[in-house]
Amino acid sequence: MAVPAPSTRIAIERLDAFFGVVHAVRGVSVDLTDRTVTAVIGPSGCGKSTFLRCLNRMHETVPGARVNGRVILDGHDIYGSGISPVAVRRQVGMVFQRPTPFPTMSIRDNVAAGLAVLDRRPNARQTDEIVERALRRAALWDEVRDRLKTSATGLSGGQQQRLCIARALATDPEVLLLDEPTASLDPISTQKVEELIYELRTDVTVIIVTHNMQQAARVSDRTAFFLGGELIEVAPTEKMFTSPSDERTESYITGRFG
Amino acid sequence: MTTATKDWSGAPSGRQRAVAERTVRSIRRRRIRSGIMVGLMYAAAALAILPLILIIIHLLRLGGSAVNWAFFTQMPRPPGEHGGGMANAIVGTLILLGISSAVGLPVGIGAGLYLAEKRVTPLATTVRFLADVLNGLPSIVMGIFAWELLVKPVNHFSALAGGAALGAMMIPMVTRTTEEMVRLVPISLREAALALGYSRWRTSLSIVLRTALGGIVTGALVAMARIAGETAPLLFTALGNSFWSTSLKAPIAALPLQIFTYAITPYDDWVAQAWAGALVLVAIVFVISLAARIVTRRRFSAGD
Repeated sequence: MAVPAPSTRIAIERLDAFFGVVHAVRGVSVDLTDRTVTAVIGPSGCGKSTFLRCLNRMHETVPGARVNGRVILDGHDIYGSGISPVAVRRQVGMVFQRPTPFPTMSIRDNVAAGLAVLDRRPNARQTDEIVERALRRAALWDEVRDRLKTSATGLSGGQQQRLCIARALATDPEVLLLDEPTASLDPISTQKVEELIYELRTDVTVIIVTHNMQQAARVSDRTAFFLGGELIEVAPTEKMFTSPSDERTESYITGRFG
Repeated sequence: MTTATKDWSGAPSGRQRAVAERTVRSIRRRRIRSGIMVGLMYAAAALAILPLILIIIHLLRLGGSAVNWAFFTQMPRPPGEHGGGMANAIVGTLILLGISSAVGLPVGIGAGLYLAEKRVTPLATTVRFLADVLNGLPSIVMGIFAWELLVKPVNHFSALAGGAALGAMMIPMVTRTTEEMVRLVPISLREAALALGYSRWRTSLSIVLRTALGGIVTGALVAMARIAGETAPLLFTALGNSFWSTSLKAPIAALPLQIFTYAITPYDDWVAQAWAGALVLVAIVFVISLAARIVTRRRFSAGD
């Protein structure tokens, strides 16, 4: 199959992130390829989640947190002056470790939640179409089509997580950030979410933080290894897991620490 | 094997028997002690609700006979004339509850949301402390203050002044329950909304506040139940009224005031009416509390 030349979707230049005096991400520079899945791996506390949260300006919502450096998305630095974090987050979707459906909303309204804050809000009929499309993309439509008006809290954990993915997809983000999206799911739900991630690459740039190296190997095209807040190595996933160039990567992957 | 000397099959040795007896005695002693403690707890629980049961029995005995349709629909009658009711005071109490909610709920919920969002800023800490002080303020002080502020300048008592005094008493209660309820909303929910591109205030209002709404409504109802029977703040503000009045600018009747006025008269008819008024007041508080319970239960069965 002919693969078009990969282009950079997000260019990260000398990114530093802090929690108060703690230097959580240290001078990370990396280009993330368009319409691929990039996995971010590393031991607990290595700064991989913080790195992810810098890409949609969620890091700064924590009291005492700050960011230095540049994150260039479509030619614009998302930390540039005059750029609102709210606008950035509308373009960059995010799904968290634990499912976070809004408990007061129905399944339909959950998926449509992101549409409500768009500048051009779709009408009710368009919303229904968008909701259906998003739920189909998240492989949840068949399970919930008959109960769209019921509370989202009635779904199982795996369904709730796919609902959150649908909610993130509803606004058609160019980039989707996944922060250990299967950490709280059972194996079957995990498999469904992984298949979903694999299919999303055709039109979304996905960055997934994971603790699970098998998962990184299964779903990603490229893998980045973090250690102590630094980016140690980034390479095509296959190369990363067979012949990493840094010996620290190798010892982590072979299970010598972490 | 030199250490395997324990004989598992044979009769217990004297030492083993002694240990067993001691264990049995100790278990029996613990059971007795546990039984006594459980009994004391039951007694304490029974004592805790005893006053309420006695009050209700007493009210039913003394006031029950005077509570009839006329009590809710008719005006008070002069002493000696049999019958009559407290329609004006019942409506007055409801109006006062309405005014105080209109004053107390928006301010209380707003302040509670502020405290929950800005947990540790100096202003939040100060507001939280002052709310606790306000909560402990004697209600007579609240009444005299409202008189100074809202009655004296205009030279007449009014429903508005009474409602404002009661509303001010609601504020700290509603503030603290709102803060507690908003804090119960997981931070992950707030983050999910922010990540969708919700602004901070929109996250607070349409996600956080909406999620906490059941608890906030419960808190508001509890606060209403608390102030429904307040008398002291009304003495200087709403004053009471023996005639029919729903004007917010005029003195207005209220059940607690009417009970007070009637109870201290020597007329048997009026004293009986006072008991009936007390019964109705307790019933109103009971209904509000019941509503609060129902809202709470719905909240926990629907969500979380």
